[in-house]
Amino acid sequence: MAILVDKETRLVVQGITGNQGSFHTKRMLEYGTCVVAGVSPGKAGRAVHGVPVFDSVAEAVEGEGANASVIFVPAPFAADAAMEAIDAGVGLIVIVTEHIPVQEAMEVIAFARERGSTIVGPNTFGVISPGKCKIGIMPNHIYQPGPVGILARSGTLSYEIAAGLSAAGLGQSTVVGLGGDRVVGLSFTDLLPALEDDPETEAVVLVGEIGGSAEEEAAGLIASMRKPVVAYIAGKSAPPGKRMGHAGAIIERGKGTYESKVKTLERAGVEVADLPWKVGEVLKEVMG
Amino acid sequence: MKLYEYMAKEVFRAFDIPVPAGRVAASPEEAGEIARELGGDVAVKSQVLAGGRGKAGGIKFAGCPEEALDAARELLNQEIRGYRVERVLVEEKLTIDQELYLAIAVDGAARSPVVIASSRGGVDIEQVPEADLIRERIDIRWGFRPYQARRLAYRLGLTGAVARGVASIAIRLYRVFRERDAELTEINPLVVCGNDVLAADARLNVDDEALFRHGDLPKVEEGTEIERRVKSFGLSYVELDGDIAVMANGAGITMATLDILQRYGGRPANFLDAGGGAGTEPTARAIETLLMTRPKAILINIFGGITRCDDVAWAIVQVRNTRGIPVPLVVRLVGTNQEEGVRILRENGLRAYSEMHEAAEKVVALASGV
Repeated sequence: MAILVDKETRLVVQGITGNQGSFHTKRMLEYGTCVVAGVSPGKAGRAVHGVPVFDSVAEAVEGEGANASVIFVPAPFAADAAMEAIDAGVGLIVIVTEHIPVQEAMEVIAFARERGSTIVGPNTFGVISPGKCKIGIMPNHIYQPGPVGILARSGTLSYEIAAGLSAAGLGQSTVVGLGGDRVVGLSFTDLLPALEDDPETEAVVLVGEIGGSAEEEAAGLIASMRKPVVAYIAGKSAPPGKRMGHAGAIIERGKGTYESKVKTLERAGVEVADLPWKVGEVLKEVMG
Repeated sequence: MKLYEYMAKEVFRAFDIPVPAGRVAASPEEAGEIARELGGDVAVKSQVLAGGRGKAGGIKFAGCPEEALDAARELLNQEIRGYRVERVLVEEKLTIDQELYLAIAVDGAARSPVVIASSRGGVDIEQVPEADLIRERIDIRWGFRPYQARRLAYRLGLTGAVARGVASIAIRLYRVFRERDAELTEINPLVVCGNDVLAADARLNVDDEALFRHGDLPKVEEGTEIERRVKSFGLSYVELDGDIAVMANGAGITMATLDILQRYGGRPANFLDAGGGAGTEPTARAIETLLMTRPKAILINIFGGITRCDDVAWAIVQVRNTRGIPVPLVVRLVGTNQEEGVRILRENGLRAYSEMHEAAEKVVALASGV
């Protein structure tokens, strides 16, 4: 099972002829992802690592049956690329591109909701169901198939945690990068119900950070979940008013603090690991 | 990018949002001259990027040009909430009947713009209880519609010409928000003077990611010298007040590294995210930046996913061999090409740790001179 992606996923890479697009197409193919098409306007007829290139997403959908897209298009054009994919009926769109203007992200998400597409990102490392399918830029070697679902707001921190879990014998069912921007398509609350229902997932790890209210909103759902949830929250030492890299990672107007997130999560029954390398230990305890 | 009040008011003027008569001045004499032109009582307002400037003594009133000149002399070059005052805005003093609050912001949870209003303006909006705030969520596909603006004005308890004035300003403010790619635009207070409604203050924070299409806006640089420098080569940097310089790759892991350091009793000097996948050159630049802060010790924490450990190792060696690293350096290096990276460091007399807690303990000990 897993969520969002599996063996049935047929991926189109938008921006496949660029450096990033081409490089990560190769890595995704090596991982075993079914990359069926690439899109690069004006470059139809070429092939990148054996993947046929089309002028438009619609042609990739028609010609190759693509049902998911990953976007490596530069920021000023990325929202347009996402809208093209939504318009072509692609069900899952993973926007890796960072630095997309926030209002364009809102427009894309509004259009996706209207047409029933799911947006992951922007500014995400992607989605992986280990052993089945990888969409994105995460390293290939750190994941193992297994029972833990991971939902993360940040990339490298989640790599660190996933690698630690793999080393401790705790593989992953699906790992989703929500994206580091202030406005992203999916939040913890959108994915927790799917993980709760996923027969392959036995426990969930949230990798959160200061800023916004995503963790607090998640707590509301977790309180009624059967599966155990463990969290790690970055930014305990961050001073208010300073944006810590991610657009969302800022304590503004006294909201989104570490203390607020931890307190709300713990009240919902979440075990919060105070150090990233302790997530595995805590998971083993709660999974019994 | 945050605009100064006087810049934001220029934008407001262009969108037909009424603002008080006035101009900006860089010298006391200029301020006096503007007060003379305006005639009558004036407000002299220091231009800083921090809120709460009124409480901090950043706004003065004057009854004649000489008083305005004196007020400007006092304010200019003063420090208000950590910002040096380089300009003052001299404006007609308003006779205020009521102070309102009006803002348009990004609601991250709803993924939509939201209009926020309150009949209790003029104070720090964080102090206003949630029950006194009115929110209108906007569907970005349809925009902020006149009926929503009218509803907002009525919910504020307004009637007649004042209600119409507030509704029309709200609609125009939404145009500012959309056409200027704002993250936040705020009027606090929005003042009622008889039947007139004016923006007595103005805030406009433009989305950095959209600046490429707003070349006509003035450039405002914020942050310390080092923060500006690092930003100019595309890395994310925040100055903190400790003595251990930190570099990691990725925002989340950099934040976690700071937390871990503090947990082990250390005080981080900065947040520096060298980015996922940075090569040797950008990494070397990032390390050079750390040295500029004159730390007692340096911690480099790399989990190589896309970033390659050998690239990082070469960057460290390059900086050490060219300009030298005069303080203790602790490196934690794991992930892609780890063995190669560790070998490069070892051959250059440097040790790499594989566990984060070992590296944190070590750097804290070195920084405290143990």
